[in-house]
Order: sequence, then structure tokens, then C-alpha cells
Amino acid sequence: MSGSSEGHDRRNWVWRVFALPGLIWLILLFIVPFYAILSVAMGRLDPIFNTGEPVWNPIQWDPSIFGEVLGEIFGGQLGVIFLRTITYVAIASLLALLIGYPVAYFISRHAGRRKWIYLLLVLAPFWINYLMRMLAWVNLLEADGYVNDALMFLGILDAPRDWLGGNSETVVLGLAYGYVPFLILPLFAALDRIDPSAIQAARDLGASPFRAFLHVTLPLSRQGILAGMVIVMLPMFGDYYTNNLLARSPRTRMIGNEIDLFINSTGGGARGAALTVILMAFVALLMIYYLVSVTRASKETTA
Amino acid sequence: MSVGAATKSEPVATPSGLQKVRTWFANPWGKPRWLKLFMWFYLIWSLAPVIIAVQFGFNDGRSRTAWQGFSLLWYTGEPDLSVWNDPSLRSALFQTLRLAGVTMLIATPIGVALAIGLTRWRGRGSKPANLLMLFPLITPEIVLGVALFLVFVYLFQIVQLGTVAQILGHITFTISYVVLIVRSRLLAIGREYEEAARDLGASAGQALRLILLPMLAPAIWASLAIAFAISIDDFVISYFLRGGAATETIPTRLYSGLRLAPSPALNAIATILLVMSMVAITAAALFLNRLRKREGAKGSAVEELARLDI
Repeated sequence: MSGSSEGHDRRNWVWRVFALPGLIWLILLFIVPFYAILSVAMGRLDPIFNTGEPVWNPIQWDPSIFGEVLGEIFGGQLGVIFLRTITYVAIASLLALLIGYPVAYFISRHAGRRKWIYLLLVLAPFWINYLMRMLAWVNLLEADGYVNDALMFLGILDAPRDWLGGNSETVVLGLAYGYVPFLILPLFAALDRIDPSAIQAARDLGASPFRAFLHVTLPLSRQGILAGMVIVMLPMFGDYYTNNLLARSPRTRMIGNEIDLFINSTGGGARGAALTVILMAFVALLMIYYLVSVTRASKETTA
Repeated sequence: MSVGAATKSEPVATPSGLQKVRTWFANPWGKPRWLKLFMWFYLIWSLAPVIIAVQFGFNDGRSRTAWQGFSLLWYTGEPDLSVWNDPSLRSALFQTLRLAGVTMLIATPIGVALAIGLTRWRGRGSKPANLLMLFPLITPEIVLGVALFLVFVYLFQIVQLGTVAQILGHITFTISYVVLIVRSRLLAIGREYEEAARDLGASAGQALRLILLPMLAPAIWASLAIAFAISIDDFVISYFLRGGAATETIPTRLYSGLRLAPSPALNAIATILLVMSMVAITAAALFLNRLRKREGAKGSAVEELARLDI
């Protein structure tokens, strides 16, 4: 047995070599790029061309751009955009939860032997390109599209409505539609882990189905709810394409659009980078929470 | 409460249609019917728009809102605007395939090695390494897109924006998915087989080559397919790292096309992308299924894919 621990040590060295190419890749093309964002954001302005220049030495970093951008967020045009983004994301993710929970609940507890068929159908949108799913709604929401046709046939609308002309509702519904599948999966995983005998016990002790759900199922799926909400909120906060396709208007502009506009304009690099850092700091809390809950969950399953 | 009271005060003698419907829905411990109904509404809401979009790709006319009959006009027929005859659409198709092909061939070996390394390596450095692997999965894509854009513009200037930058970007976020797939297999296999081989005199290299890799083979094939599917599906990274019209992919072309001049040819090329994704994912599911059959596992690979913890 003493030989095995010695062999273990030797192999440990080998395993690090295995991990090396991947780790070097991620350091060069994941960590270093983050450093580049900071270096560009806190770089200097070229006085002749008026373009941003990165400063690689952190001692010479000039953080004044953050003051400027934060000033615009608290009491400027950017503030409106930030608030709008938060509102859209909050409503869209809650909507996604309201839609996703019953679906995940049904598959985990009532789908029976056909579970895999339902899962297949719920998983399908994952592998249908997001932009194609948006294209589908653009087709449907055109002035002479099926949605207006249907609403007018039912007498809900008298005249075709311009759904794609910069409506907040369209963007929020688009976000919810786009990201619901990502929320259903962690929810399903959490609900599927619940021991049915816990619910049966509550029922045997006289709880109504509703009370059993409220006091057993819901608390036990809390982890899945939170993980699912985080999973959909992260991409929503950085989204710029959904509202560019479904609203085509500055009235629904989100943080992601601002970043996209600055980064793709000459001389906007530093501001774009600074906004990206602020967005990242904003969502970092969500990410850390998610990582902590994932590692805790994986510890529980390995234990 | 008030609803219950209202129905109670109704005449009990006639089991009305409404009441039948009510009991059908409120059957307490049986199958909750309203949940099933909700499920089907969800599926229709989720999938019908896409099916309609596919249908309009086959429309025999310019409209994307009114059906004019079936044709392949937008795939091959139309002389200037069909997928095959519009150079920008055809080039987007080939660019998508090019990026995905190279990405899958580079990301898979790196990811497999990283997965083996991370699951076996204990002690100092393994925790940060695991964390580093998880980060690309949860970083908002726009942040990674901006970061890679800036690093190629200002630091690794040897890499021009365009195909190479796009490939490097795709590999960066694909590696972690490969690790997830392979790692879950590694944990399922355990170390016993390898240690048995070692006890019987195999070298570490032999144990890896003759025992571990063959056992991992289906997971590796599945990783290739999933890496391909993830790459063709990407929009944000391709968008930020594109360099000129020749480096547009199908998703970036859909984006610009929808904003400028939408035509059913966009539906057609989106349908082609959809078919490619479905083929890749079906292949991945079949590989994983074979693995499960060999191990005598119950259920289907679909459930396993659904439980894949990110």
C-alpha cells in the first residue's frame, strides 16, 4: 500500500501536465483578455487621433474614466439605460420562472415513462440558434404577420399593431422566450432530485396537495430556482441583439447595446471597456453566488 | 376560498359540464391535467414559431408572412438571392463550417486532456484550475467578446480580426463544455480499471492508452459533435471578432440580414443551420446512448444531457 501512495504522487505530477495545455489556453485567451479590458479602460487618449491607447503597466492606470461613466450612470443618459436594463431583466426572468416552473415540475413529477420525449422537446430550443428563434418572431410580428392576423380575427385588435417599432413589451417577451429553456433545465434537475417520499409523507400527514407543494416541494427546489434565475439573468444583462432585432429603436436600448456601440465605434474603445468592467462587476455577484452553489451541490453529490 | 364557496352554493343535483371540467382539472392526487395542458401550451409557444419560420424558407414568393406554395426558390432557385446564389449567404455557410470544423478538432483534445488532468489532480492548484475552467461557462458572452476583441486589437496583434481570431475565440469557450462531458464520464468510470491495469504491470502510459481512452471513446466522439454544435450556434464571439464580409457566419449574417434586408433566404439558411445542429446533437446523443447501453444504465441519454450540470 505504501507503493500506491508513492505512485499516486508521481501520477499527480503527470495529471498536471495533462491539464497544462488547457490551462495555458485559458490563461492566454481568457485571463489576459480580461486584463486587456482593464488596460484599455484605464489607458490614455492619443492626443492626435483622439483614440484610446491601452496602458499595460497597472501602476500607470488612470481610473478617471470610471468616474466619468459612473457619473453618467448616476444622473445621466446611461442611468436611464441601466435602470431599463435592470427592469427588463427582472420582469423577463420572473416571467421565465413563472413559465418554466410548471413545465419543469410537470416533467420531473408527472411525465412518467414519456419523460424523455418531453425533455427532448424542451431541450430542442437549446440547439435552435437564438437568432433563428428571434427571426421566427420577427416573421410572426410583422405588420401583416400571423400574430396581428390572429388578434384581428379574434377581435382583440381592430387594426394591425406595430409590434416591432420599439415596444418594451416585445423586448421583454422576446427575452423571456429566448432564455426560458435555460431556466427549465436547472429547475428540472433540482425538482428531479427531490425524494417523492418527502411529498408523500406530507400528504400522509394530512397536507393538501397545495400545502405539500408550498411547504415541501417549493423549499426543496429553492436552489434550482435561484440557479436557474442566475443562469438566465447573466446573458440577459449582456444581451444586445434581442432588442436590436425586435425593437430596432433607441427607446429600448440596454447596457449591451451601449457596449456594442462604443466598442464598434472609433475612439469609443475606452468607454466601451469601462462599461464592460462595470457590467462585469454588476453581474459578478450573481456569478459568485452561482459558483458557490454549484461547488456546494457537487460536494453534496460526491459526499 | 370564494370560488369554492360559489360552486358549493350552486345546485348539486345536476353535474353540469362546468363541474365536470372542474373535477377533471382538480383531480387531487392523479395527474394534474392543467399542468399537462400548460406543458403543451408551452411546447407550442416554444416550437411553433420556429416551425413556421422553417416553412417560410420554402415559400414560393418573397413574402415571409403569407404562404404562397412550396418551392426551393430560396435554397437554389432564385438567381441572385437564394442561399446558393447569394455569395454572402454561401460564404456565411462555409465560414460557419470552417470555424466549427477547426474548433472541434482543436478544442476536443485540449478539453479531454484538461478533464483527465482536473479529475485526477489533487492538492495545490487544482481548485483554482477548476474555477478557471468554469468561468468561461458563466461569463456573459458580450464580456468575453469585448475582451477577446480588445486583446486581438491591442496585444496579440499578430492575430488579425477574422477567421483565426474567431477560431481562437470559439475554442476558448468550447473547451469547458468538452471538459464537462468528459469529466462526467470519468467520474462514472472511476479509477479501478486503471489501477487494476497498473497492478498487472501496465505503465501509466499503457493504462491510459489501452484502458482509459478506449473507455472514454464514446464521450470523446460526443464531445466532437457537441463542440461542432456549439461553434455553429455561436453569435456573439463571431460577431465581435469578425473582420470583413468574408468572415460573417450564418448567425452574424442572420443578424445583419434581419436588420437590413430580410428575405425568405434568411429563413432558408437558418433552416440549414438548424439541420446541422440537429444532426450534430443526434450524433452526440447516440454516442452517449451507446456508452450507457454498454454500462447497462437505465433511462436515456436525453435525461443525462438534461442533467449535465453546468
